[in-house]
Amino acid sequence: MMVFARLIVAFACLFCTAFGAYALDINAAVLRVDYPQRLPISRYDLIPDDLGFAGGALADEDNQTTGNFMGMTFNTNYVATTPEEIDALLEELIANGTTLLVVMANAEDLLQIADRAGSDVLVINATTRDMSVRDDQCRANLLHVAPSEMMLADAVVQFAMWKQWREVFLIQGSNPADRTLGDAYRRAANKFGAQVVEEREFEDTGGSRRTDTGHVLVQRQIPVFTQNAEDHDVVIAADNSDLFALYLPFHLWTPRPVMGSGGLRPVTMHAAHEAWGATQFQRRFEEASGRFVQEADYEVWLSLRVIGEAVIRINAADPAALRDYILSDDFELAAFKGRKVNFRPWNGQLRQPVLLTDSKITVSVSPQDGYLHQVSTLDTLGLDQPESACNAFAE
Amino acid sequence: MQRPIQFIASISVAMLGFANPAAANKVFVSNERGNTITVIDSDSWEAIAEFPGGNRPRGIGVSPDGKYLYVCASDDDTIRVFDTETYEEVWTLPSGPDPELFTIHPTGELLYIANEDDNLVTVVDTQSRTVVAEIPVGVEPEGMAISPDAAFVINTSETTNMAHFIDTSDYQIKHNILVDQRPRYAVYTDDGTKLFVSSEIGGTVSVIDPLAANGPELTTKIGFEVAGVQPEWLQPVGMKVTADNKWLFVALGPANRVAVIDVESLEVVDYILVGQRVWQMEFTPGQEFLITTNGNSNDVTVIDVARQKAVKSIQVGQQPWGVAVTPE
Repeated sequence: MMVFARLIVAFACLFCTAFGAYALDINAAVLRVDYPQRLPISRYDLIPDDLGFAGGALADEDNQTTGNFMGMTFNTNYVATTPEEIDALLEELIANGTTLLVVMANAEDLLQIADRAGSDVLVINATTRDMSVRDDQCRANLLHVAPSEMMLADAVVQFAMWKQWREVFLIQGSNPADRTLGDAYRRAANKFGAQVVEEREFEDTGGSRRTDTGHVLVQRQIPVFTQNAEDHDVVIAADNSDLFALYLPFHLWTPRPVMGSGGLRPVTMHAAHEAWGATQFQRRFEEASGRFVQEADYEVWLSLRVIGEAVIRINAADPAALRDYILSDDFELAAFKGRKVNFRPWNGQLRQPVLLTDSKITVSVSPQDGYLHQVSTLDTLGLDQPESACNAFAE
Repeated sequence: MQRPIQFIASISVAMLGFANPAAANKVFVSNERGNTITVIDSDSWEAIAEFPGGNRPRGIGVSPDGKYLYVCASDDDTIRVFDTETYEEVWTLPSGPDPELFTIHPTGELLYIANEDDNLVTVVDTQSRTVVAEIPVGVEPEGMAISPDAAFVINTSETTNMAHFIDTSDYQIKHNILVDQRPRYAVYTDDGTKLFVSSEIGGTVSVIDPLAANGPELTTKIGFEVAGVQPEWLQPVGMKVTADNKWLFVALGPANRVAVIDVESLEVVDYILVGQRVWQMEFTPGQEFLITTNGNSNDVTVIDVARQKAVKSIQVGQQPWGVAVTPE
């Protein structure tokens, strides 16, 4: 009998090396809410139909490659919707067993989705930079892979300070989203010892984005708009509306570098980023999608990689267990940024370096040398725990 | 004042000479940005030649008979083969796309090459110059090692975060071990009882028992700590183990240091300051010296292995990446 028993054990083990201990299915979804968009100033910023989804598809491939070695199957549903149809779609996704949800939506819809999905679903904010969803409006079932506006503004101002460009001319748009971004830059300047010596608002008067030979007028208007400013080292543009920032470089009255929404921009990824193995990411993405990567693609890729990495490490797909692991000290992920990324356990925000690009190359990466923090130098970017009004993560 | 300095210099050269009584060997350094190979004489420790190495030369190795130098010309999607005497390119080997690192079968017959872009390990016959096998592995394969008995080839995949154990008899993956983020390099002890895998972003070296009763097993992970260096810059990459299985040297990338680990206790006993962004390393044949490539200071550092001290640095081409030394 003993011999027989051993034989069975041997067989069972053969089975487990080949197929993993047991099969595990991971049911995730990427939910994208499409809003009416104005045309961008630059054709490079046109939104492809598969924005975000193409990044997700690459993450599925990356996760599944590992999953194949471990007996895991990653299933991801991709759905795009109008704001009006969010509720119906969400209901359907949850009825179909989705427990892990990556969301591309504005702050308001994101919160609505997180609340309706409830605590049995882990929601990851892939794209929204809005501050409140990480602060007083934070939710326990909502993690943020997208960096906040504060993190991006801090990344820009740290570089300005490293360059000793201490005196800032801040130009912000007239829409609420531009003003919030302007606030993030004012706060960053204050935080790192820069000085906003001049502020102007660029009014959104509506009208068409494109006219033939529009540059002729731009060349005359922008110098006049920026005339007679206090002495400054750098111009920072807060232009979430994509209205004027791209017009600033080379057209300023006083020749100065431009940062923020134009000139040197803070991004999570751009298609020319090659350091730290990113070339392989770019090539894999381009081969699969037939186009260059955009920030939202990378952000969805990273969101699904966060899920995949956690599933692979704990060999479970239960949202509560995944959340615990993702927020723990054990979680770490390589993200083509030269150092590991992980989460702030007190508000569910992903710590991450920020790339600064002139839209052609990676010019620098923040945090800059010399900015120190008792937890992680990455926490020099964005809201810090003592300032946070988020209580949903306190246990 | 000139005199004492010269005197010291001549003594240190003399000491180096004594420590290495054997005939000089050639040290080949691939310069990733400069697209060249620098040749250094291991007796005088001077650069004696520099020749074109193809586009983006990275992984580099010498055939066991010392005749040929293999260079992964990553942007040419090929392995260039050079005569170690004349530095002439003699032929190329099919490598698969974007070859980065490879390991050589002890007989010299086969190269096992990691193809970063295609999630493949390519096996190439160096005699017939043909591809023998392509093995699908994890995402972004990088590190390559072969067990001393040549039964297994190890590949590490940087995004999958695994060490894959490839059986050299049938080219099937027999085991996978999860390690920390971005595994870069793998190396066995000469007695085959331990396998080390460095994780660049995870900041650790995983210690694996390849001979465990139920198949290879992760035994522990070694971490690093240097006063005054931010922990995120302690990024283990290249590694080498001494033939007596006593010491493991680990290059720590942007920390500009090589960690010295006691293989018995698995404790870090010292950190040797070298050049900037230290990548890969190679011993001289008698293991008196260990040479490190320092990508951001364009030089190599020579470490006296017995004393565990850096003794010399030598300027090479732009952004040195890999290093290989001709055998005795």
